[in-house]
Amino acid sequence: MSKTMACREAYSAALLELAKEDPNIIVISSDARGSCSLNTFVKTLPDQYVEIGIAEQNEIGVAAGLSVVGKKPYVCAPACFLTARSLEQIKVDVAYSHQNVKILGVSGGVSYGALGSSHHTLHDIAALRCIPDLALIIPSDAVQTAAALRTVAQTKDAVFFRIGREKVPVVYTEELGIEPFVLGKANTLKEGSDLTLVACGELVYHALEAEKLLEGQGIKARVLDISTLKPFDEEAIIKAARETGAIVTVEEHSVNGGLGATVCQIVCANHPVPVVTLGLPDEYLATGTSLELFGEYGLDAKGIAESARKLLQRKR
Amino acid sequence: MTIEELKLEAVRTRRALLSMIYHAKTGHTGGALSSADIMTALFFKILTLDPANPSWEGRDYFILSKGHCVEGYLAVLAARGFFPTSELETFSSFKSRLIGHPNNKIPGIEMNTGALGHGLSISVGIAIGLKKDRKPNRVFTLMGDGELAEGSVWEAAMAASHYKLDNLVGIIDRNHLQISGSTEDVMGLEPLAKRWESFGWEVKEIDGNAMEEVVQALSSVPLKPTKPTMIIAHTTKGKGVKEMEHVASWHHGVPNQQLFEQAMSDFDFMERELYHE
Repeated sequence: MSKTMACREAYSAALLELAKEDPNIIVISSDARGSCSLNTFVKTLPDQYVEIGIAEQNEIGVAAGLSVVGKKPYVCAPACFLTARSLEQIKVDVAYSHQNVKILGVSGGVSYGALGSSHHTLHDIAALRCIPDLALIIPSDAVQTAAALRTVAQTKDAVFFRIGREKVPVVYTEELGIEPFVLGKANTLKEGSDLTLVACGELVYHALEAEKLLEGQGIKARVLDISTLKPFDEEAIIKAARETGAIVTVEEHSVNGGLGATVCQIVCANHPVPVVTLGLPDEYLATGTSLELFGEYGLDAKGIAESARKLLQRKR
Repeated sequence: MTIEELKLEAVRTRRALLSMIYHAKTGHTGGALSSADIMTALFFKILTLDPANPSWEGRDYFILSKGHCVEGYLAVLAARGFFPTSELETFSSFKSRLIGHPNNKIPGIEMNTGALGHGLSISVGIAIGLKKDRKPNRVFTLMGDGELAEGSVWEAAMAASHYKLDNLVGIIDRNHLQISGSTEDVMGLEPLAKRWESFGWEVKEIDGNAMEEVVQALSSVPLKPTKPTMIIAHTTKGKGVKEMEHVASWHHGVPNQQLFEQAMSDFDFMERELYHE
């Protein structure tokens, strides 16, 4: 079993280190210190923390205002609320007004699986990719989360991070030897020529596991980690289409408007090849943990490998 | 600037904003006119500003939460020299930076506003940031009365008193009308002062079209240490153009040539009267 670590803990630890060096960093949360693993931060740097209470619209507006006076605000709250209730503030106060606000949506996707659809975030890629001048990052593990945070902290750009809640396997081990994060660049985690598995977030690990199953059946799959959903690495997708001739997309998001839709748009316009888009169906989901839901909806290694095999039959 | 000079300047603000609306054939006329005295007082008397250096660290901050009344905002910014007054002629024209809501590409404008109910939250953020740095700068926010139905306003109201933001001044352009009619018919706001008081604000009600009262109130802030200030400025929608006063349909609307010329002639008369005072 690979080493596991929660992305939110990695984010919070990296943020604390950055904030110790930069008193202008202000963390803002809406009664979500625990959910965002911020308790140590609040204890260590209480003057660099602003509690907003359960008021996510105000939370984003306040962050934008802090940026106006030269602060570097980092909002941390559950993704399901930030990307629905405060979407207008993200659009107008942050992105349109070009404020230096970094937003972390925790427990995205189906992290809150058993809490029901009110707490699922399956629309955020679709919603946020339509907002100009807002970067969208969905890291695949704790190592990439920390690396991405350290990278964007150097910029004045508006950024939205979506991460999960539970501990997840570390993908970017030292043995892998790949730079975990470059903004706007996909990482090729496995080379392959028969088809490409294009994944983001926690499902990157499951795509890698699927690659092993496929390898056992003599199928060589390439695996791409799309850590930045915007700006999007179109070249990596075009290259995959050209060189492998078939693509499976894997995302913890609705099948509508997310990674799969983006990949199809790029592939259709540049180098049409068969594509299968795996994600959560357009319906209210069954109850269960993330892993149970991944299994139910064909997003675990077995399900991904099965879809990949079927796709290969369509490949010319 | 004296009260008389400010009154004169307010007539110029009205003249400029109505010209912009008339030539652009679009605009939020009623609310721009009701808030013209407040905007003039803020930019010619109350706010500490440096038009030559809009991002000067010592400035007071202003957020127009009722962003649709941008015409008056642009008029006073131009009159104060943030950009040439000749540029006002481009208002709402193809590819102009003077669009129908505030945009921070324009010198002197901090934030893009227009979606209602956002300005007070932004101002709370500014005020908290200033407090953290122990800076004396203040933040003023002008809101419409209709926009107070937005829930986010009350989220911000709660945060402002929680954090004891006495460097924050809210102003409500209480013209009692919104696009569909009377605020009390659309979604009642009264007892408005008591509502703000119950949220922990120190409240003062004034005649927002009487320059003496506007200047007096805005010069006395904070009304109470450790509390945010709310000035409820009772105004007349369409103030200064008789045909538009108290008429909800002038929320947005463009005068025809006859009405425009009549209004300009009335403004001339008002200016002459003020000169003689």
